[in-house]
Amino acid sequence: MRHIGIIFKRELSAYFNNPLAYVLIIIFSVLSMGLTFVIGRFLELNDASLSSFFWFHPWIYMIFGPAIGMRLWSEEHRMGTTELLLTMPISPWQAIVGKFFAACVVLAAALLSTLPIVFTVYHLGDPDGAMIVSGYLGSFLIGAATIAITCAISALTRSQISCLLISVVICFLLVLAGFPSVTDFLRPTLPWLADLGNAMSFWWHQSEMARGLVRLQSLVYLTTLIAFCLYLTSVVIRSKRA
Amino acid sequence: MIEITHLSKHFGPKVAVDNLSLTVQKGQVLGFLGPNGAGKSTTMRMITGFLPPTAGSISVGGTDMLEDPNAAKARIGYLPESAPLYADMTVEGFLAFAAELRGLGGAAKKEAVDKAITTCFLEKVRSQAIDTLSKGYRHRTCLAQAIIHDPEVLILDEPTDGLDPNQKDVVRNLIKEMGKTKAIIFSTHILEEVEACCTRAVIIDQGKVVADGTPDELKRRALRAGSVHVKITGSGAASLAADLGKLGHASRVENPVAEGDSFSATVYPKSKTAIGALTTEIYELCRSRNLVLSELHEEPGRLDDMFRELTSQNKV
Repeated sequence: MRHIGIIFKRELSAYFNNPLAYVLIIIFSVLSMGLTFVIGRFLELNDASLSSFFWFHPWIYMIFGPAIGMRLWSEEHRMGTTELLLTMPISPWQAIVGKFFAACVVLAAALLSTLPIVFTVYHLGDPDGAMIVSGYLGSFLIGAATIAITCAISALTRSQISCLLISVVICFLLVLAGFPSVTDFLRPTLPWLADLGNAMSFWWHQSEMARGLVRLQSLVYLTTLIAFCLYLTSVVIRSKRA
Repeated sequence: MIEITHLSKHFGPKVAVDNLSLTVQKGQVLGFLGPNGAGKSTTMRMITGFLPPTAGSISVGGTDMLEDPNAAKARIGYLPESAPLYADMTVEGFLAFAAELRGLGGAAKKEAVDKAITTCFLEKVRSQAIDTLSKGYRHRTCLAQAIIHDPEVLILDEPTDGLDPNQKDVVRNLIKEMGKTKAIIFSTHILEEVEACCTRAVIIDQGKVVADGTPDELKRRALRAGSVHVKITGSGAASLAADLGKLGHASRVENPVAEGDSFSATVYPKSKTAIGALTTEIYELCRSRNLVLSELHEEPGRLDDMFRELTSQNKV
């Protein structure tokens, strides 16, 4: 636990000693709120809920998660510090978890920066607080899952750009899998595939949680996906050395 | 302190390290030599627990690297080949990070960081960001990281690479000093470095140990070692080559050079123990012909000859 903390602390300072984290947080904030007001017609809908706000999150995470996570291992590989880190008396999984947590803090900071929209919705009407909390929970878990996917990809390559591109494609497919136009197309002929798409899709889990439906299925799926990707990271790191 | 037994490493079909066994005691500074691609770095990466071996075992201070990697790693300080560092940190911040990972905290951590900074002459740059440092400082920062926990074992992969002659000297002296109380393995391409600070030299080629001994022992094994270099002046000296070759204890004469009345050559004795008898014969020959023996010395052998002889056989 102490070792995770040391890695976490270093990684966090690496994020915030660099303009990248601030830029990403600002972009997330502007994009998520801007899209809600402009495309989501937040004010015209006259609906005291954040469903149109959360609607955009999976799409933003598709790029935002990989952008946060791409440096996690790629940068270590590129600088050669993997060799330094893994010859320290710590286990690889401690380094993986510490780094992942630090990236999650950037994600949490980005979500915190969207609080103005919560104040706006309370100002406009009387929203369902539980729905907002579950929406944020879903958003955080999905963001964390995109980071975990990127983490595994970043262990594969020393190029941050390759990592970013591959991760965006994977995340894009995972968002799209449950998008209504895709599932509606599949349902008449392959209903099981449509259900599978929903079950795996960030979009579906996000929209369910934004409606206030926190299913055990969603929590289990997203945390399992995160744990699996972190495990995959350790497998990649080990096999790269063999 | 370090015990490597039957260590092998294969990368696909390529054999990088081939059944290598080596023991290093406390108080030994082992110079690890070999041409590029001989398996030096791969061996060091396995000793430090970065690469898992294909076969064989590594024990550091009695702890098996494969069974209890963290306990074994805790005993080692490691300077990787390219001296990698976290460019976004300051020297002091980076060393504090390394100290924390090594289990040091509070006052002990501060003390260890200060000591490493002093030992590696980093005072001037201690609060500077690493990406603004020159190569020499970077290298020493990485070295400071390796010694921060005062390890029993030091593995240094080309510790003087890219340093200027003064910095090289500093690092060599540092290694020599630390070698009194630790077991050190360091790799290098600079053979004089091995003579300057190693108590033992090991040459590897194609993943195998081809020579192991003190630098003096290895030098004596060079082909040219034990030959006699002569310079003779006087009339008729120029035609001495054949006569020298006919001496009872001489096997052959090489590099004969005649310039006017002076002649120089390298004479090899029939066996390395016959060198005294050979010099007497040369002396007698010169006296009988009224020639002046202006130079006569025994070739002590050179490490780079030895190195070339051992590692170039299978090349080209």
